[in-house]
Amino acid sequence: MPKLKRNLRVNGVKIDDTFAEAFGMRATALLITGPSRKWARQAAISMTGYATSVIGCGCEAAIDVDVPPSATPDGRPGCRVMVFAVSTDELAKQVLNRVGQCVLTSPGSACFADLTGVAELKLGASLRYFGDGWQISKKFGGRHFWRVPVMDGEFLCEAMAGLTKDAVGGGNLLLLAADNAGALAAAEAAVAAIGKVRGAITPFPGGVVRSGSKVGSKYKSMTASTNDAFSPTLRGVTKSELGPGDNAVLEIVIDGETSDAVAEAMRAGIGAVTELGPGKGATRISAGNYGGKLGKFHYHLKDLLP
Amino acid sequence: MKALTFTLVGEPPERLDLSGLTPERLAGKGRRDIENIRIGMSRRGSLVGDMFRVAGSDTSSIVFEGGSERFDRLAEGMQDGSIRVVGGAGAQAGRAMHGGALTIEGDAGPHAGSCMRGGRIEIHGNAGDHLGAPLAGELAGMNGGVAIVRGKAGAFAADRMRRGLIAVLKGAGDHAGSRMIAGTLAVAGGTGEMPGYLMRRGSILLDRAPKKLSPSFVECGAPDSVFAAVIDRYLVGEKILKHPLLGRSPRRYGGDNAVLGLGEILFPA
Repeated sequence: MPKLKRNLRVNGVKIDDTFAEAFGMRATALLITGPSRKWARQAAISMTGYATSVIGCGCEAAIDVDVPPSATPDGRPGCRVMVFAVSTDELAKQVLNRVGQCVLTSPGSACFADLTGVAELKLGASLRYFGDGWQISKKFGGRHFWRVPVMDGEFLCEAMAGLTKDAVGGGNLLLLAADNAGALAAAEAAVAAIGKVRGAITPFPGGVVRSGSKVGSKYKSMTASTNDAFSPTLRGVTKSELGPGDNAVLEIVIDGETSDAVAEAMRAGIGAVTELGPGKGATRISAGNYGGKLGKFHYHLKDLLP
Repeated sequence: MKALTFTLVGEPPERLDLSGLTPERLAGKGRRDIENIRIGMSRRGSLVGDMFRVAGSDTSSIVFEGGSERFDRLAEGMQDGSIRVVGGAGAQAGRAMHGGALTIEGDAGPHAGSCMRGGRIEIHGNAGDHLGAPLAGELAGMNGGVAIVRGKAGAFAADRMRRGLIAVLKGAGDHAGSRMIAGTLAVAGGTGEMPGYLMRRGSILLDRAPKKLSPSFVECGAPDSVFAAVIDRYLVGEKILKHPLLGRSPRRYGGDNAVLGLGEILFPA
């Protein structure tokens, strides 16, 4: 961890002179619509469940933004969902399984591609076989859809989904506070602000991580383990990064369609946390990195101040 | 550069084969060369210069000032660019088009858009019989692209259509969508006898219940259809239609069960 300089302050919140270190990823975006906002979100939430970290879930996924009926191809409420993985094959597998098990099954749902990229993943082109020969192919307006008959009518699904290789995973903010309530308030404010940035997601529960990790472990079987430097109960027995008044730390992990989206999301998050101030929220903002040697993308906090 | 313009000097004394006057076939040709292209289909053998006054040089944008029902094979095989006819056209307009845009501001004759594979044809007036259909001996008709008829279409519109979209705005004749293999035929303004006769797959979208349907079609109810919503929005968004055709839950008939039976006729419930 680089040496900290704690002389930067915005609205009383200390900003560490450090950076978040992030990695290149593969990503796709889907637009899931439903008969109501409730059911569009339900399908999207199910599809992005258990997708917090590629370490254990195979992919990272979340709702990017809600899409109004006026902006969806079928005029119904929708959710833009993003899925990130470390390889094209894994992404293809995850997207297909998740859409097949969680969107196809959700009442009244439809699934559209929402990203134009350098390559494509099979979506409806594979799921169509569920139609057992009764599926219908439709091509118009430069798009290809599959209509699969199901018990409440039809599941409409775009045949292919675009894939980008310019995605970035692992942008992050560490929010340090005097107590848990302050850390949580700051984290919620940051997640709400990041939620408005199109093309960036926060895949952890509610967008927040309380168990930030470091690379490696004393146990051979573990590739990652607790971030002891930011764990308040280990202050004094490990090389801690926490000050005497820091009693709770929460992390916001950000994946973006592009590096710019990650930077914009981090800027929005920092802006929200500093606006909240140290009295109600975080007293200090830091970021996680690996010394700059592992990740290609570095986001310096001082460059992302509101 | 100004659009390459062919101004008709008088009613043609014979049928004209205009398949040679497409952007790719005229590319690189000078005005003299163009005027010497033979287009007459009888022994008279009229040349371009006999029938048209030629002006402009942009071969990617071609305009026919004045049309005739004797203009045959207009834009045949066109790959790119645009052709606009200020008037009507004869048989096989836009046949086997692969790309580009053909606009006919008057009526078109039979077999317009026959076997087209891509591009966009827009006919402001009426189209003759066999819109998008194959010629005798050919296995499939329209295989891609979009054909829009703002007036009426004759009989056998979309016959043996395989892919693409045909939209007819003021009604189609008998047997619309006959023997369809796939693709989409949208008709506002009603159809004649037995739409979808012997269709295997494909979709026929109507703005009203068909007057007479083959008994080999079966009713499939009127469930909510996302496809109907998507195609409605597409047709309105592309300014092909002013109002949605089907609504959210169109009535569906499946058929033709005299053959494969995987086609459908949809109309507002």
